[in-house]
Amino acid sequence: MIQIKVTDREGNLHLLDGPIDMGLNVMELCKAYELPVEGTCGGMAMCASCQCYVQSNHELPEMREAEEEMLDQAFFVADNSRLGCQLSLTKSMNGLELELAPESY
Amino acid sequence: MIQTDILIIGAGPVGLFTVFEAGLLKLKSHLIDALPQPGGQCSEIYPKKPIYDIPGFPEVLAGDLVNNLMEQIKPFQPGFTLGERAETIEKQEDGTFVVTTNKGTKHHAPVLVIAGGLGSFEPRKPPIANITDFEDKGLAYFIRDPEIYRDKKVVISGGGDSALDWSIYLSDIAAEVSLVHRRKEFRGALDSVEKVAELVKEGKISLLTETEVTGLNGEEKLSSIEITRKNKEKEQLEVDAFIPLFGLSPKLGPIANWGLEIEKNAIKVNNALDYSTNIPGIFAIGDVNTYPGKLKLILCGFHEAAIMAQYAYNIIHPGKRYVMKYTTVNGIDGFDGQKKEAKKTVAVSI
Repeated sequence: MIQIKVTDREGNLHLLDGPIDMGLNVMELCKAYELPVEGTCGGMAMCASCQCYVQSNHELPEMREAEEEMLDQAFFVADNSRLGCQLSLTKSMNGLELELAPESY
Repeated sequence: MIQTDILIIGAGPVGLFTVFEAGLLKLKSHLIDALPQPGGQCSEIYPKKPIYDIPGFPEVLAGDLVNNLMEQIKPFQPGFTLGERAETIEKQEDGTFVVTTNKGTKHHAPVLVIAGGLGSFEPRKPPIANITDFEDKGLAYFIRDPEIYRDKKVVISGGGDSALDWSIYLSDIAAEVSLVHRRKEFRGALDSVEKVAELVKEGKISLLTETEVTGLNGEEKLSSIEITRKNKEKEQLEVDAFIPLFGLSPKLGPIANWGLEIEKNAIKVNNALDYSTNIPGIFAIGDVNTYPGKLKLILCGFHEAAIMAQYAYNIIHPGKRYVMKYTTVNGIDGFDGQKKEAKKTVAVSI
């Protein structure tokens, strides 16, 4: 089990405990905690509704093409943007700090 | 007015399979979908992605699943209203419904099935504060008639195929075409990227990379846009038209205002019985509904369609009893007069 810290769009901090043996990703963990993350496309890096900003210095897996492509089309993208659905929970993510990107319409 | 027994909103896999289940009960179906083709997300977002949890298919491409469903429902001759969004609903005195689309097409049916998935696909709008003020006043998310841009100053934004392709196309028609993209790289088809590069060299497209459109100005209609460069420098560009092309995303849309009980962006249904909503005669199946333990899986939507159809039958034919029959025993009687059934075994005496 690891813990990640997620700041929602109202600025509230949530501590999320996530198992690392279930193949869960950050988007799914946020949804399990009922945070306002849509995950519209079901985790295929095709909607950017789980975009978040990485606030800590954790080393994360490199972006695959699908994620880069989606972030290319998304709004409110910053240098530290990632898609939650592409971040599978691993031991090295313990303490990861994320902020949810604004919803886009 | 289009008349049918079951009016299905949403032509995704679950909406399509509803035609089949209704057809077995000799009920006619008609589908409405905002997209120009059937298949919903499967066709629009991930036609080339394999799906592994459709019973009986170890692996099937989403696009192939849609093609197979279209083939499967063919005998039941469904009607389609495509490229139109179901906008309003009026309940008639006799309990039937009239549904009108955004283009004014009217449909009349005793039973309404919402199989709308995540909603109808709408263009993704860049987060510019007053963007809606200029819609159809110089700003468009789709290009319906390229001729309206003849001899105009046009700005296109986006980094995908449609932004590239339309920049190429309009470079021959418009007076000026500028392509604005947030990054340096384009991810469209290589051919298109190369063609744009060529047209930039020829001076037919002006390319503004690492730039975003951040403001829109104009009185009656759009007259200029504000662009912001990576170094935060801002600049005003005189334009006649601005076309942001950032793909589509689903929105629940007008359905949310139909008086249905909504919870977490989904329609609450009675899952213990028939997937009916709080409005008698309206059912909701597939990803658009919610109930305790709901799983948003295509296979669950198929199950919901089968159950729902039985109850829809009771509404359409009150007092008549329908006994479920197996297709293995009875085959399929198409509305086109064709019958599909197993070959009869022949007993031969020796």
